[in-house]
Amino acid sequence: MSAVFAVERLKKSFGGLDVTRDVSLSMARGDRLALIGPNGAGKTTFVNLVTGHLQASSGRVLMDGEDISRFSPMRRVRAGLVRSFQVTRLFPEMTPGEHVALAILQREGKSGRMAGNFHAMPQVMREMNGILDTLSLGALASVPVGAIAYGQQRLLEIALAMALRPKVLLLDEPAAGVPHSDTFLIENALAQLPDDLAVLMIEHDMDLVFRFAKRVVVLAAGAVIFDGSPRDVTKDARVREAYLGSYAHAGSAA
Amino acid sequence: MSATGISTSAAPAVRTGRPWQRDLIGVAVILLASIGGYVLFPDNLALLTRIIAIMFLVLSLDLVTGYCGVATLGHAALFGAGAYAAGIAAVTFGITEPLSMIAIGAIAGAAAGLVSGVVILRGHGLAQLVLSIAVIHLFHEAANKASAYTGGSDGLSGIAPDPLLGLFAFDLWGRTAYIFGIVLLIAAFVLLRILVRSPFGMLCRGIRQDPVRVSAMGASVKASLIRMYVISGVVAGIGGALNAVSTQVVGLDSLSFTNSAEALVMLVLGGAGSLFGALAGTVVFMWFEHVVSAANPFHWLTIVGALLIAVVLFAPKGLYGTAADLARRFARSNP
Repeated sequence: MSAVFAVERLKKSFGGLDVTRDVSLSMARGDRLALIGPNGAGKTTFVNLVTGHLQASSGRVLMDGEDISRFSPMRRVRAGLVRSFQVTRLFPEMTPGEHVALAILQREGKSGRMAGNFHAMPQVMREMNGILDTLSLGALASVPVGAIAYGQQRLLEIALAMALRPKVLLLDEPAAGVPHSDTFLIENALAQLPDDLAVLMIEHDMDLVFRFAKRVVVLAAGAVIFDGSPRDVTKDARVREAYLGSYAHAGSAA
Repeated sequence: MSATGISTSAAPAVRTGRPWQRDLIGVAVILLASIGGYVLFPDNLALLTRIIAIMFLVLSLDLVTGYCGVATLGHAALFGAGAYAAGIAAVTFGITEPLSMIAIGAIAGAAAGLVSGVVILRGHGLAQLVLSIAVIHLFHEAANKASAYTGGSDGLSGIAPDPLLGLFAFDLWGRTAYIFGIVLLIAAFVLLRILVRSPFGMLCRGIRQDPVRVSAMGASVKASLIRMYVISGVVAGIGGALNAVSTQVVGLDSLSFTNSAEALVMLVLGGAGSLFGALAGTVVFMWFEHVVSAANPFHWLTIVGALLIAVVLFAPKGLYGTAADLARRFARSNP
């Protein structure tokens, strides 16, 4: 099993506070991994370290065996490491069609072209419509994003990730802010991701985690305390301790 | 800049699906307005040509401020660089062929755009604004000190352009300069329409709305902005050179903070983020200034101020942006 993505002994401290301690993990093509942990465990810090928005104190990030620890966030994206955001980051005045087309053009190195328009590029249009239809956003292709529902904006975040065709996708709480009754829409969208893509998802919605993930990593106080199958995670004593504190034992006794 | 929730706002072109039609309408409107100006105000062609030159400055500012969201109060540096370069080329180096002077102005504008872009884009928000003010003061002071070339505070005079294409001399009434300006403006307008619709134009609009998202797509925000600054410099430089060719003098005021600030006011007045807005804002502001200052030489600035407050309060998207919104709403209610 060759790892498409690996993190080796990643550390980050702010002053005397260690927020990420010796985190190591690796992912193979097609992995579906959920990263969970109580609030303040350092999950978002981990994503920021991996994507280069924060500089790690020590440790390495590897893509296909290549050390990308010194890459700028932009170069990491070009190397195939793409993230989505916990709170949607989209262009409110632009349409879903324009978003996806821009991502496709960027991927193909055409976003700097100073003439022409994507409406006149049949390949881009075909791929754009394909992605939007897959995520049931086709009907909204030309409505400004500021005027569509939040749940649909979350889907568009996933559409952008698809259009960039990454090797590794980091999803930072893809269902955050979506009503529980609509989580299935996000789940269906995630099911459409290519099979050979390695996906790491941070999520608090445990139903979603257990249905999506083949593997679960638990982060607590900046360190990995569990790495294994979803079936075993609920039985793990340290995980229960991290989430429930001393109540963990009370619960198991009852 | 604006990240408001529900806005069906003035994101231009792209959505309509028939962009060429709008380009043609735009060109037709410019042509009609210029013929109207020529017929109705034959004695004011110098003012009209000055308005055209400033239109280049405001269009250029629209590219970086309206489309990319860069806050700047130093944009006249690009305009003034073009004006002085064309003037110095004519006076010192004897290059008096008008098209060459315009080309030299465009190149100098691009260079000034590169320099000020590199400096201004180091900062964000207020720091960016302060850097832009520093840039315009430095340019102003440099032109003031280099008086051997620029004439310093006396201004650069004695610019005597050759007849255009060897055929049309620049006459006393400014007819040639006016028509020359209109032709340049239409060419620039069409090219800029193509630019703002292009993938690069879309990328820049994305940068204005969320630069973090753009970099998360793997695009370089900084490189794109600097590139836009250079393009913007070409546009402003052409305007400056046109001003030098038509008035045959270049003054320090072309490199002034006031000129920069007024350009920003015109852009906001017309509606940032739209080429039509930039054009409309320039015409309205300069014409209003002209009429009001003649009618009431003592209080005209007060009246201009009142107009600005009224527009910002009641038409925050500018005159063109608000008119376009109203037209769209009207079209929707009467299908």
